[in-house]
Amino acid sequence: MDALLHSLVFYILAFIVLGSAAYTAFSANLVRAAFSLLFTFFGLAGLYIYLGADFVGISQVIIYVGGILVLLLFGVMFTTNVSGQGTEKQTLQMKWGILFLVVLFLLLIPIAFITPWSVMPDAGSKALESSVSPIGVGLLTKYLLPFEIASLLLLIALIGAVVIARGEPKVRAEAAKEDTSAL
Amino acid sequence: MAYLKDLLLGFSLFQALPISVIYILTAAICAVVAIAAIAVVALVAVWFERKISAHMQCRLGPMYVGWHGVLQTAADGVKLFVKEDIIPATADKLLFILAPGIVFVGAMLSWVVIPLGPKMAATDLNIAVLYLLATSSVVAIGIIMAGWASHNKWSLYGSMRGAAQFLSYEIPTALFIIPPVLLAGSLRLGTIVDEQAGGFLGMGNWYVWNPFCLISFICYYVSTLAETNRIPFDLPESESELVSGFHVEYSGIRFSFFFMAEYADMFIVSALGVLLFLGGWHGPFGINHAFIYIAKVCALLFVTIWLRWTLPRLRIDQLMATCWKFLIPLGLINILGASFWMILTGKV
Repeated sequence: MDALLHSLVFYILAFIVLGSAAYTAFSANLVRAAFSLLFTFFGLAGLYIYLGADFVGISQVIIYVGGILVLLLFGVMFTTNVSGQGTEKQTLQMKWGILFLVVLFLLLIPIAFITPWSVMPDAGSKALESSVSPIGVGLLTKYLLPFEIASLLLLIALIGAVVIARGEPKVRAEAAKEDTSAL
Repeated sequence: MAYLKDLLLGFSLFQALPISVIYILTAAICAVVAIAAIAVVALVAVWFERKISAHMQCRLGPMYVGWHGVLQTAADGVKLFVKEDIIPATADKLLFILAPGIVFVGAMLSWVVIPLGPKMAATDLNIAVLYLLATSSVVAIGIIMAGWASHNKWSLYGSMRGAAQFLSYEIPTALFIIPPVLLAGSLRLGTIVDEQAGGFLGMGNWYVWNPFCLISFICYYVSTLAETNRIPFDLPESESELVSGFHVEYSGIRFSFFFMAEYADMFIVSALGVLLFLGGWHGPFGINHAFIYIAKVCALLFVTIWLRWTLPRLRIDQLMATCWKFLIPLGLINILGASFWMILTGKV
C-alpha cells in the first residue's frame, strides 16, 4: 500500500472515531448517544488493526460491541422513558472537563512521540504475523501475575453481582414462600 | 483477495494504475460478491424453507411461479421492492432507517472470511474464527436498534429479549468453538480445514469424531440457533405473542433486509460448523470440492429448517436456564477435557 492509501485509511478511521465520540458526548438523546458508540468502537478496532494489533482490534469488537454496548443499551432502555420524553442529562462539566483534558493531553503527547508505531506493511512485503500466540504466551509467562489478579477481580465482581441479585435473606425467604404458594 | 489482485494486475489496463487503486478495486469486487452471495443464499434458502415446511405439513407450498415455485422468492423480492415504505410517525427516524442497514452489514462482514470453497474466501484472515465472533455482535446491535426505533411495545420487548438472548448465547458459542481451534492450533479457517484432511475413507480426521469436539459440535449448533433467532429460540420475534417482534413496524425493502440477513446468518453459522467440525470441503475418498462443502452446509441448513417446523418455542426463562446452567458449565468442562485429550494423545 502506498502512502496515500495509508493516510486515507488513517484519516477516515480517525474521523469516524472522533465524530461518533463527539456525538456520544454532546448528544442529549441518551439512546442515540449509546448507539453512536458502536461507530466509535468499530473505528477504534480499525485503528488497532491499522497499527498491526489484530488480536486487540478483534477483542475490542467482541468485548465492547458484543458485550458492553449490548448491556449498556439494555440498561439505557430501562432508564429512559419509553414514551420519548427527554431525559435530563448534564452534558457539560466545564471546569473538571478542561482540567482532565489538559492532564490527559500532557500525558499522551510524549507517548505518541516516543512509541515506535508499526503500521500495516507495504504491498510487496508479507502480511503481518498474527499477534495471538505472542499475547497468549506473554499472558501465561511474563504477565501471569497481573493476568491472575485481573481474573480474581472479575471473580469478585461476579460473586458480588450474585449477592446483590439474590437480595436480603428476609426478602428472599418471602419470595420463596410466594413461589411455593403459587405452585 | 490476493489472487484477485494478481488477476487484475494481469491486465495491461490495470498495470498503469497505482497499487492503492488496485487494492480498493479488489476490495470493492469482494464486497459486491458478498452482497450477491447473500442475495442468492437468501433466495434459495427461503424457497427451501417454504417447500420443506410445506411437505412436512402435507402441503405443496409455492407451486405456480416457475418449476415447483422456484421463482417464488424472486417474485416476492420484486414485490417487496415496489411496496410502500412506511415509517411510523412516532419512530426515531434516523435509527429506524439505519437499523436494517446495520443488521445487513453485520451479516455481510462475516462473508469476508467465510470461504465458498477451497481458496475461495475474500480473505483468509489468520484470526478468522475470532473475527466471526466479533461480527456476529453487530447483528445484535441492529436488532436492538430496530426494536427501539420502532417505538412500539412489541418491538421493544422483542429487542430486549434479543439483547438478553444474544448476550447470553455469545458465551457458549465462543466456548464450543475453542476445542477444534485447540486441536488445529490455529484460528485460520483454511488451516483448520486442512488439518481435517485424510483419515479413514477420507472422513476419519473430521473433528466431529473426536468425543469432545462432538459435544462441541452439538452444543455449538444449539447456541447458534439461539444467536440467529431461529425456533426453538426465536423469542425476539415470536409471532404468537409479539406479532413479529423487533421488525413488526418494518415493511417493504427494509423488511427484506432483515429477512435476507437472517438467512445469510443461518448460512454463515452452518458454514462455520462445517468448516470447524465436518471437514470443510474434504469429502469421502479424498475428494475435495466446493460442491461437497456446499452440500454439507445445505444439509446443516436442512436440519435448522427441520427443527423449526418440529419443535415448539421455549419460554424466556427456559432459554436463559439452558444457557447459564447447562451450556456454559459444559463448555468449560469440555475445553478442559479437550486439553487433556491433547496431552494424552501427545499433540502438545
